[in-house]
Amino acid sequence: MKAELTPSVLSAAFISGALFGAGLVVGGMTDPSKIFAFLDFFGDWDASLMFVMGGAIAVNAPLTWWLRRREKPILQASYSIPASSAPWRSQLNAPLLVGAALFGVGWGLGGYCPGPALVSLPGVVDASSMTNALTFTLAMIAGMVAHSVYDKQRQRKEMPSGAACCSPDEDRGTLAPNGIPPSSLR
Amino acid sequence: MHPDLLLLSEAIPMPHSAFAAAATTLAGGMLIGLAAALLLGTLGRIAGISGILGSLLPLPRVNSTFETGWRVAFLAGLLAAGFVAQGLSPTLLSNDTGTPAAMLIAAGLLVGFGTRLGSGCTSGHGVCGISRLSPRSIAATLTFISAGALTVTLVRVLGGQS
Repeated sequence: MKAELTPSVLSAAFISGALFGAGLVVGGMTDPSKIFAFLDFFGDWDASLMFVMGGAIAVNAPLTWWLRRREKPILQASYSIPASSAPWRSQLNAPLLVGAALFGVGWGLGGYCPGPALVSLPGVVDASSMTNALTFTLAMIAGMVAHSVYDKQRQRKEMPSGAACCSPDEDRGTLAPNGIPPSSLR
Repeated sequence: MHPDLLLLSEAIPMPHSAFAAAATTLAGGMLIGLAAALLLGTLGRIAGISGILGSLLPLPRVNSTFETGWRVAFLAGLLAAGFVAQGLSPTLLSNDTGTPAAMLIAAGLLVGFGTRLGSGCTSGHGVCGISRLSPRSIAATLTFISAGALTVTLVRVLGGQS
């Protein structure tokens, strides 16, 4: 059954994004100095980000638990959540941990992660020049594209025959939601 | 805290202004949680920004209007919130922390590459993944927070800014 892009779907996605953005702004996450202050464990520590993430989890966790007990989401035939039957230790693979480490370094250098950077983009309308968020976002997009290229190269090297998938005995560890291959869960 | 957010916090009845500021921050977090739950409950998807944006790059998958469409709508919502914020408070979003452009560029490249390699960021792993007790997300979150803390400390120690 092909999923339809109905007005309801568009509205749900849009509202979700808008609420998310509002939450980031109200939570103060669009201010890199708040991020630096949170990550400055050994210096002048500001717990704000913990309140934001804590508040988010406090609301999202029970709702997630309740929603997943339902057979399906309101507007779709099924949930598309990454899942794995592999023992949890084996799920913590190199791409996950290296990727998280690289992300963390970038986050610590710039004080932005993807969400806050995007929400902050409209700040450029009142600025006299490029804003930090815009510089960061352009570089972030470049980084994402770079990964896409790297990933394609890697997949081609591992399967020179051009096969679309990995060898049958390799546990991919994750279901690919809607046919979009998980880029590096090997 | 930005003066306009402090203004917002004054609307919350609290015995002390510091409590009101904390409450505002918490409220922001709760909005994020609600947004993530909304996306999960309606479309069954994870509100992970790096994934939502990243899977549209370098090009959206033309064979599925649905996959591209909902992601674009979500990102449009994110930007819309930014525009509203910008309209209400012209200085709220243009934060100048004095970070040099070169560092911002390095930061962006690392965040872009790292979030895709690691399959998530603070929203996908930190909020959504932890909410469903995903071992991968818990590990990823601990990793990126530690890496961030080490980086900020190093930058501070090496005489940069923090």
